[in-house]
Amino acid sequence: MANTYTLIASNTLTGSQTSVTFSSIPSTYTDLLLRYSARSTGASLVLRFYTNSGTPASTFSYTSLIGNGAAASSSRNSAQSYWLDTNGLPASTYTANTFNNGDLYIPNYAVSATKVASNFSVTETNATTAYIELDANLKGTTETVTQLYIETANGFAVGSSFYLYGIKNS
Amino acid sequence: MAAGATYEPIATTTLGSAASTITFSSIPSTYTDLRVVLVARGTATTYPQWILNNDATALYSRTELTGNGTAASSTRGSANSAFYVPNAALPTAANTFDLITADIFSYAGSTFKTVLFTDSTDLNGSGEVAAIVGLYRSTTAISRVDIQAGASTFAAGTTATIYGIKAA
Repeated sequence: MANTYTLIASNTLTGSQTSVTFSSIPSTYTDLLLRYSARSTGASLVLRFYTNSGTPASTFSYTSLIGNGAAASSSRNSAQSYWLDTNGLPASTYTANTFNNGDLYIPNYAVSATKVASNFSVTETNATTAYIELDANLKGTTETVTQLYIETANGFAVGSSFYLYGIKNS
Repeated sequence: MAAGATYEPIATTTLGSAASTITFSSIPSTYTDLRVVLVARGTATTYPQWILNNDATALYSRTELTGNGTAASSTRGSANSAFYVPNAALPTAANTFDLITADIFSYAGSTFKTVLFTDSTDLNGSGEVAAIVGLYRSTTAISRVDIQAGASTFAAGTTATIYGIKAA
């Protein structure tokens, strides 16, 4: 049986940087899975995902469900330039060695149709600031996903890691 | 020792025309867990139902956490004849889809079956996201999964794949 869950590329940061890029994603898989573990070098800031440079702005949208240990809430954002992991990465002041961990799943990424995706991320710090988040994402254009960008304004801390997998359905 | 393939597609379907049911049958018992990935649209307002082993008796229950873009809520259902997932109707407009995943743990074991669903639908101004835990109170190994569209049908372009995941 051919390998159907394949690591396309990975990046574990040895220095701080504000973005990670996966480019030239082959179209030979069925679904994409980005598994990430990230921490901020500074203040707690959100994680942004977007695809394919040159993609028109205002074509991303998302619906979020969040629990922060005290309450559950839901929000929605339309006509955005990226998908957002709404809650911030662990800041440099947070409990040491804690990271935000998550999966961004993009099915049928090479099909000529709008792209749905799900993001599930968690941050637990044994402190008062922690999150669990589930996002429903939409990219309202139909082109194949060939690039994936992940960024945060303050920078990802050393040790942040990003793994991109391709999954085949046959 | 290098393991063999541990995440394998068992079957997949892409609807070329509308269909009322997607069926995965003769599921081998050689895996540890199952995962179904459904990307679906309805031809009209419809609420999918998941039935295991062609068993539509009142053995299904679920607890759900949902966000509708405005508020979070939680609901529960018990003694149901299927898993009613998602709780909201499928989208029907062209180029809109609902992403639903179902993880069926220890599906071939002799205990009750726990299923973790996620439902992700964003329609650029509406939609919902949900996490649902389901329990199928049967100790029989799962060999068949039926996903019924409900009152209407799944639209052409709907895709569904079932994967087997091995623990070793």
